[in-house]
Amino acid sequence: MAALTPISRKPQSFVLPIVAAAGAFVGLFFGTANGSGFVGMMGGAVITAGLAWLYFNVLKTERLAMWISLAVALVLCIYLVGVPGVVLGVAFGLFFWWFSYWLYEGRYRARLLPYLTPGQVLWHYGFRIICGCIFFFLVSPLVPVMWLSFNAQDFFTFTPEMLRFDPEGYSLKHYQDFFTNNEWQRSFKNSLIIAPIATIISVSLGTLAAIGLSQSHVPGRRAIMAILISPMIVPLIISATGMFFFYSDIGNFLEGTLGMGKNLVGYIKVILAHAVLGIPFVIITVTATLVGFDNSLTRAAANMGADPVTTFFRVQMPLILPGVISGGLFAFITSFDEVVVVLFVGSASQKTLPWQMFTGLREQISPTILAVATILVVMSILLLTTVELLRRRSERLRGMSPA
Amino acid sequence: MSDTTDTGPVLAADGTPLKRSLNRALRQQKMRALMLIAPLLLFVLLSFILPIANMLTRSVNNDIVADTLPLTVVELNVWDSDSGELPGENVYAAFVSDMVVAIEAKRHTRLGTRLNYESTGMSSLFRKSGRKIKNLDPATDGPFKDKLIEISEGWGKVETWREIKTHSVRITNGYFLNAIDMRRTPEGAQAQPEDKRILIKLFGRTLWMSLIITGSCILLAYPVAWILANLPMRTSNMLMILVLLPFWTSLLVRTSAWKVLLQQQGVINEILVWLGLIDDANRLVMINNQTGTIIAMTHILLPFMILPMYSVMQTIQPTYLRAAKSMGATNWTAFWRVYFPQSIPGIGAGSILVFILSIGYYITPEIVGGTKGVFISNRIAYHISSSLNWGLAAALGAILLAVVLLLYWCYDKIVGIDNVKLG
Repeated sequence: MAALTPISRKPQSFVLPIVAAAGAFVGLFFGTANGSGFVGMMGGAVITAGLAWLYFNVLKTERLAMWISLAVALVLCIYLVGVPGVVLGVAFGLFFWWFSYWLYEGRYRARLLPYLTPGQVLWHYGFRIICGCIFFFLVSPLVPVMWLSFNAQDFFTFTPEMLRFDPEGYSLKHYQDFFTNNEWQRSFKNSLIIAPIATIISVSLGTLAAIGLSQSHVPGRRAIMAILISPMIVPLIISATGMFFFYSDIGNFLEGTLGMGKNLVGYIKVILAHAVLGIPFVIITVTATLVGFDNSLTRAAANMGADPVTTFFRVQMPLILPGVISGGLFAFITSFDEVVVVLFVGSASQKTLPWQMFTGLREQISPTILAVATILVVMSILLLTTVELLRRRSERLRGMSPA
Repeated sequence: MSDTTDTGPVLAADGTPLKRSLNRALRQQKMRALMLIAPLLLFVLLSFILPIANMLTRSVNNDIVADTLPLTVVELNVWDSDSGELPGENVYAAFVSDMVVAIEAKRHTRLGTRLNYESTGMSSLFRKSGRKIKNLDPATDGPFKDKLIEISEGWGKVETWREIKTHSVRITNGYFLNAIDMRRTPEGAQAQPEDKRILIKLFGRTLWMSLIITGSCILLAYPVAWILANLPMRTSNMLMILVLLPFWTSLLVRTSAWKVLLQQQGVINEILVWLGLIDDANRLVMINNQTGTIIAMTHILLPFMILPMYSVMQTIQPTYLRAAKSMGATNWTAFWRVYFPQSIPGIGAGSILVFILSIGYYITPEIVGGTKGVFISNRIAYHISSSLNWGLAAALGAILLAVVLLLYWCYDKIVGIDNVKLG
């Protein structure tokens, strides 16, 4: 952004009405929750604007104003809502204190270009609020899931004890259930068997093919690419249907002619099916990494007498490793998260975690699902962090500016 | 150098003409690239493309009638189905000998089920008559015409035989006709009776809801992509995590989250009731209908819209907007005439991707869609696992696949398949 714009105090005739309007907006909700929206609105407006007036004209110290705001908001919220109101009270107290001074001291202009009109300033912040709402829409659905997974009751809904932050209302029993229930444990184990093996297959084949595809002269490159990406594009239900018929034939062949165990054949079918589904992700990430790969390095290695295999493992592989790993993580999560294909191709003994969750969601609603969901969210945060770190490392390795 | 009087082709070090040598090198390079690709390509072709092709053949394959009743089919071909008269004794005799073999192999009920897809009652006709036909001896017990009619009136109806004749072909368009709410009759393709027409409506609903989902994704993704592309790198990377987190979270986790939020005793309804915005008695019905599917799927597919938009908007110079403004454009004109046209490729890429993904969605509609909010995929799954009408499932799948591949082709033409980015 541009240089710091000089800021100046704004007239109170501008600040107080805005603060009052915000107060009225918040008060409206408290009002409707307690019977009368109108009283809430007026109360909110009067309290916030009055406090702001007090700060600007009498107090003149920001620090003290913060404590007053907090105290007033806390008392009000606890009075109106009860114990859970503590959270709301802290949030609203801090917000109105900050908001009043932000407007009064003209701080909202500090980071903007000096020549913007008031309308543009309003739009600037309005736009950020819209974006904030969309980000909220993206992330917030995960919060109640995590919260409810600690429910002491067997319900999908919040109990009054939970809202009062009463320790009675919370328990780890759904986690305990997940870790002790045979069914969940078996499906978790199945997922941990199937996903890594499928990932290894798709990563090893996918990396080779991506290296082949990134050579300069590949006949029919576009068509090959289209075929290799297609498992991502074709609707899962169609892939699943096709594989259902096809793999049952293969399975019969393996069991009947080669005399393999029923269980083993089941795993082979699911693993192969999942390996195919993971391939597009490996291809996409590895080819993206190879775009920045300097081919003169392999030529230099060959020049110094390395054979292609040595060149690959000693020169090319270390450089593209971040891309390969993040492709692998994508493939892993695809398999770990896949339910449609395994539902059609697998049999009961290959029941994976998503399958178990899916039947749980359709039939018996058990909050253990929410505990599993929370564990999966934590896992995806870890995976996401790994991928992000790898991406930065890869960019550093390729000499791009660190993003 | 100048003393080379040879005007022949330029030679490489080993004495072969340079042109040939270069060609050979190029050929070797191509071969090497293909060798690297070959294992994966074979793997995908064998375990993905082939199964799907194999499934598609099921949508036209109709061997069961001709295989189970080989003699009858031959005799029926001679019979004039438009005459309005029952077929002659030869057909009945052939039918009995076919049926005895089929009953031995326990195939007659499957045939009954197959014909039952076309006209109800066939399944029970075959099952019930089966027990009695078993006791007949095709060599000695003739004539069979009256005996069969005595076993079940169904064999005395012209419609029964017409039905068998109509569906005796080995390659049929019957499943595809069923998939578009029509049916195969002796007189050619005809529309299904009014109360059986559900599939066209379901296709329409799938397309319509996918369009709504794509539209709401565009509306929500555009501001986010814009702000991500225009904020300083450090901040936008932090915010990017908020986009990627749902993207990385299990689909089932997100679907169950929406179940928790949207149900009648769910979080959203509780908050609205607590705020006094709605009555406790009329809580909003947001799940097990189209609203639920649209909200949940918009949330799930939003990252697929944001990421392509973001990568396009990143390349748009912010100076263009400033230039437009400095030449007197208003904010809106500058955006609409300068910025927006440059961001269209991102919108196109994201829309096609989201649309492709949403028309084939199965899990989310199944869990939050109830009966009103399901897609064509759910119908396919129903026919595969519950009604076992695999031919119809394959035909529905073929139509869906054709739509998706058409869009995929467009995507490849417009965006290029190698420009897909993840994260």
